[in-house]
Amino acid sequence: MESLKDKVAIVGMGCTPFGEFWDKDIVDLIVEAADEAFADANVTAKDIQAAWVGYTVSDTAMTGIILSSALQLQYIPVTRVENACGTGAETIRGAALGLASKTYDLVLALGVEKMKDAGFGGIGQAWPGKWHPVYGAAPEVGGAVGRYALAATKYFSTYGLSPDEGKKMLAKISVKAHYNGSRNPKAMLRNRITIEQVLNAPIIAWPLGLFDCCGICDGASAAIMCRTEDARRYRPNGDFITVKASAIACGPGWGKERTTYGYTVWEETEAAARQAYAMAGIKNPRKELSMAEVHDCFSVAEMIAVESMGICEKGHAREDIESGAWEQNGEIPVNISGGLKAFGHPAGASGGREVYEFYKQFQGKADEPSRQLKDVKMGLAHNQGGHPGNFVAGITIVGEPPSR
Amino acid sequence: MLGIVSYGAYIPIYRLNREAIAAMWSKAVAKGEKAVANADEDTVTMGVEAVLDCLRDMDRRTVDGLYFATDSPPYVEKQSASIIRAAADLRPDILTFDVAHSLRGAGSALKVALDSVKAGSARRVMVVASERRVPAPNSDFELQFGDGSAAFLIGEGDVAASLEGSHHVSSEFVDVWRKPHDTYMQTWEDRFIRDEGYMKIVPEAVKGLLSKLHLTPKDITKAAFYGPDARTHASIGAAMGLDPKTQIQASLLDSVGNTGTALAPMILVSALEEAKPGDRILFATYGDGADAFLFKVTDHIEKVRDRRGIKRHLASKMMLPNYGKYVEIRELMEWESARRGARRSSLPVIWRERQMIFGLYGQKCRSCGNIQYPRQRICIYCQAKDNFDPIRLSDKTGKVFTFSMDQRAQEIVLPKVFTVVNLDEGGRFYSVMTDRDTTKVAVGMSVEMTFRIQMGPSEALPLEGSGLYNYFWRVRPIRC
Repeated sequence: MESLKDKVAIVGMGCTPFGEFWDKDIVDLIVEAADEAFADANVTAKDIQAAWVGYTVSDTAMTGIILSSALQLQYIPVTRVENACGTGAETIRGAALGLASKTYDLVLALGVEKMKDAGFGGIGQAWPGKWHPVYGAAPEVGGAVGRYALAATKYFSTYGLSPDEGKKMLAKISVKAHYNGSRNPKAMLRNRITIEQVLNAPIIAWPLGLFDCCGICDGASAAIMCRTEDARRYRPNGDFITVKASAIACGPGWGKERTTYGYTVWEETEAAARQAYAMAGIKNPRKELSMAEVHDCFSVAEMIAVESMGICEKGHAREDIESGAWEQNGEIPVNISGGLKAFGHPAGASGGREVYEFYKQFQGKADEPSRQLKDVKMGLAHNQGGHPGNFVAGITIVGEPPSR
Repeated sequence: MLGIVSYGAYIPIYRLNREAIAAMWSKAVAKGEKAVANADEDTVTMGVEAVLDCLRDMDRRTVDGLYFATDSPPYVEKQSASIIRAAADLRPDILTFDVAHSLRGAGSALKVALDSVKAGSARRVMVVASERRVPAPNSDFELQFGDGSAAFLIGEGDVAASLEGSHHVSSEFVDVWRKPHDTYMQTWEDRFIRDEGYMKIVPEAVKGLLSKLHLTPKDITKAAFYGPDARTHASIGAAMGLDPKTQIQASLLDSVGNTGTALAPMILVSALEEAKPGDRILFATYGDGADAFLFKVTDHIEKVRDRRGIKRHLASKMMLPNYGKYVEIRELMEWESARRGARRSSLPVIWRERQMIFGLYGQKCRSCGNIQYPRQRICIYCQAKDNFDPIRLSDKTGKVFTFSMDQRAQEIVLPKVFTVVNLDEGGRFYSVMTDRDTTKVAVGMSVEMTFRIQMGPSEALPLEGSGLYNYFWRVRPIRC
């Protein structure tokens, strides 16, 4: 088994602002993200030999045709991938494998979601018929928050936190996300919030309140990728990034029904991290990673993901949160972008957007100077779909190209 | 000896104080309270509760028939008894039918059950009566009507109460009626109905019964009979020549309300709970005539004491805080239309998985011994393939492993309490908690299973399930 490490490079990226775009449809979002990426890589749609497109709930779209029709790609292979909210990581992985196999030389990976035509906040009834009609209805098909909240309750009780202590701990994650998002021009939620605001907000699914939940929105992200040896053709100055690892772990799916599942760990994330660290040769992620973009659809999701990826010891997130270890000047900045929480979460677009954050940070193009990280070498993008006990997790590790 | 082998009853946990109804409509203060079925309950689910109470510690496979009486079935066309049979996990090779269209349905079903056993066509028959009638807001019925159910296992041999005799009267008298498209009951002037109906018909049937048996009213220890309200109930007793202080079993009208077809059966359960061997109990149902039965309590009554019945269910309650909450769970209003898409169910799936859905069968792996739900081909613990024994989980209890309370779920009673339960005998059940006090939901609390409507057919509320009542098991804090 060969490692994917450094075999492929990302030479251009684009990302729309994330938000509620009443005047844009899925095609507008695709075109906007792709245009930025094409311009960034100095290529055109005609140069793309194959594409991977990911979306999950956008029912105005179907197959890869949504991408080829939006961009008028002319009869090239387009693969539609879908891993629920973890779709983005899979688009990049598909593209990377297409390049590593040398089947294609220049490809596009694009994630997109148009969620705000639904008529309500949250994810809602996205997949009627995909779940058991009666048993599946019990856990409320679209009720991601109700499912993640199960983990919050269990984490509190496992580690001896009262609901008040637990909610306060999680509140700090949301405050950090909004602070980071407030300085990110493309982020959806750019208001700063206080712990008091978080604690006093309406409950969505106890123990999680409004500010524990990310913003469901519209958006798209795109990456132009080639093999590393070709990267200088597109970026002669060498400011491209290479894929150090791209891992997916699909859980056996019945975690929530298995008495051995404890609800305080994302087992799929743990497995994907194992794969990714092995591929990238990472021994100590907390020390070796310059930053981590973590799938924080809910405050508790960030906390448990960071623990599950071994960046923090299990059960010790509270110490990190209190010491500010995950803040911009902490040991490892987590979600410097604002995360799904503040940057927004158009399901299929988030995984690519996480890589985009590293790409811009690495290039020193974080837009707002106060949020520019220094000495950015390697970053992790964590993306997952499903719900506790039933996840598919994706981890993409990207970093500076190997020295020639 | 032919008679009642066992009995059971069910009263929903929610009660509405009649003062709350009176206050809503600026009426004179009304006394007592009434039982109100939760939004996920109907006559089928309450029927299942009574049947399972009746069959406590008994072999379910010995039941040869299930006759279900109600005037408020979930379906106008589609049997309810068959659903109750499936949920109670009774044998499928038995006779089931519904008796509807009359308040006396329970008495009629009981007569047929006794005759079936007597004729030898069945050894044991379950008779179930359940009612959840929706009264018109601001009507007298609204103050009176309550919800509940009762069940009796009829058989021969070791009966707890043996049949002395019965007498039946048919009458074309019209008291309350409801046509297929009527939302609410209609009736006539109460004085006419009382004087010509209740006061004459029940006493006539009882008189006929006693004269057949060469007995007098004095021979009756306790009488359990229908009455629409407490005052009329007392008057009917007096008309039968019974001593109101000693011979009349308390009517439940002030504490549960008028549960229609199920009222007299519930009063009978209450009488059996207190009965001593040798007692003679009169049971009379009313409607389009009357059915009167006399039972003599035997020593075996002591073997069927451990029932939740009326007494324990009555003591276990949660008050609805106001009339608005009652309106909500009774779906008495047209609500804002749902913006989220309707949930769909699928008949082929429900049929394919009927053992899993109605009987709540999980499976136990023969290789590793782990219990799992729902059904799998490959063990989720040891990955052994197709190597399972079915195991019924509906009678298991468990402890809450974790929970969340969703305020925005598509559910009438919010928050929807998602609950992960570790079953005491192994296995985990992922479910919704009903009949709960949200301030008391906690990790580690003990829960039991209850058969409920998972998705209703209502379009006004976001519960659409392909136009069907989608029944499934939920959990609730151990009731009583």
